[in-house]
Amino acid sequence: MQYLLLIYRNEAEWGARSEAEREAVFAEYMQLTRSLESAGAMRGGQFLHEPSVATTVRVRHGSVLATDGPFAETKEQLTGYYVVEAADLDEAMAIAARIPTARDGSIEVRPVRHTHEPGLVPDSY
Amino acid sequence: MDAFTALYREELSRLVAGLVSMVGGLQAAEEVAQEAFEAALVQWPASGWPPSPRAWLIRTARHKALDRVRRRLNFEGKRSELEAMARTSDQSPDLSDEEAERLFPDERLKLLFTCCHPALSMEARVALSLRALCGLTTEEIARAFLVPVPTLAQRLVRAKQKIHTAGIPYRVPAEALLPDRVEAVLAVIYLVFNEGYAATSGEERVRLALCDQAIRLGRTMMELMPRRRDVQGLLALMLLHDSRRDARTGPDGEAILLEQQDRSRWNRAQIDEGLRLLEAALAGGPPGAYELQAAIAAVHARAAAAPQTDWAQIAGLYAILARVQPTPVVELNRAVAIAMAGALEHGLALVEELDRGGALERYAALPAAKADLLWRSGRFRAAAAEYERALSLTASAPERRFLEQRLHESRRRAERPA
Repeated sequence: MQYLLLIYRNEAEWGARSEAEREAVFAEYMQLTRSLESAGAMRGGQFLHEPSVATTVRVRHGSVLATDGPFAETKEQLTGYYVVEAADLDEAMAIAARIPTARDGSIEVRPVRHTHEPGLVPDSY
Repeated sequence: MDAFTALYREELSRLVAGLVSMVGGLQAAEEVAQEAFEAALVQWPASGWPPSPRAWLIRTARHKALDRVRRRLNFEGKRSELEAMARTSDQSPDLSDEEAERLFPDERLKLLFTCCHPALSMEARVALSLRALCGLTTEEIARAFLVPVPTLAQRLVRAKQKIHTAGIPYRVPAEALLPDRVEAVLAVIYLVFNEGYAATSGEERVRLALCDQAIRLGRTMMELMPRRRDVQGLLALMLLHDSRRDARTGPDGEAILLEQQDRSRWNRAQIDEGLRLLEAALAGGPPGAYELQAAIAAVHARAAAAPQTDWAQIAGLYAILARVQPTPVVELNRAVAIAMAGALEHGLALVEELDRGGALERYAALPAAKADLLWRSGRFRAAAAEYERALSLTASAPERRFLEQRLHESRRRAERPA
């Protein structure tokens, strides 16, 4: 059997924590990942960027509708996921629009945070 | 507007747009462009304006951008990229004015499509475009859209973060995506034009630069998609309104209402072009919001004098527009058109109903319109109260001058009934 474990968190509360607290949790995550790897239980996993940079894509009557922000509809439930490689958001949205459920459900497009990226990067370098 | 502000508005977008690819982000590009203008503010008063201010700004911004990239690569320890940069870029001495202008790409169209990306909220697209492409301040944008300044500032920060983090591309979209993306761009151009046409703050009622900017962007869109009716409609709408620019302002900068304008000062060439575009747009099928608004402007353009205006037709067009675009502002205009078409009391009643609805409670045009209708019906005391309310809601100096004059006059008439 394989299981998907989805990680939910209150972003506002998380953002209010100190840098040290966040780093401690991060270290804990690294520890857990290593322990799962050595136990042979790790099949994959990613950190995501915050929901505020998400885009929700739906296809209705053949046209692609994009909405700024995360998926927020309690009647629909998570049924699966893809992790895809795309050059930019346009490409990622185009793939999202090809997922059959985009026609009657919703696809949330969330950029994956690479581990070498520092957390909470501002736009300016 | 002083010469430096005019230059800032004119050059900012081109500078920002060209810098985005160099520095790798909109926020950084805005900062670098800002620094270049600040340097000009410090140096020009002593040295005098350079022969080509644009070339000077480009050179200065380029230096600052390259410095910034170098510092970043250094900080990140990217030696090979630093060396590559040293080999290729900026080994040349200072560029001549001609070279600077020629080498620095005009990427405003890319900037426009990025700022108008559908993954951004509509509010964010408009705010970003007005800031990056038109050089409006956060405060001016907040005023234009009736939101508090901190809300607007926060919206800008969030939007730029999303562009960066979510990977919104910096380019003109591929053919297949273009139709959808154009719609988003048109909405923004429309709002830019409106901000220029009915400026909400500052001394200058007609912000000619903004209107020019919006019309130029509209023409660019026409080149890109000449057959789209909404593109034609929007450009027609802007040209028809803008044709009145010389007649809208008096010698002392005061606003002159449509009714009092000297119509011989309207720009005929622009009206003709607008009417031609409108005709093409209307030939294609049921009209959208831009075509309808252009059609309303065309009714005014066709009236040789104010009393000959076909207000009944305008009221009819607003009724169709209210179905396409059901907003309180459209309803307000429809109510005024109904009053002007002869049903003064009915129009006034509709305005009062809107007033009670409260959706336009911070919008100066509502009490101003109400005051005008009350004035026309001879109720000067009630008109004065509405002029006072309109004055409390607008910071535009020419508009204030007009309202104060009307307030004074309606008080005078109220004291001394005919």
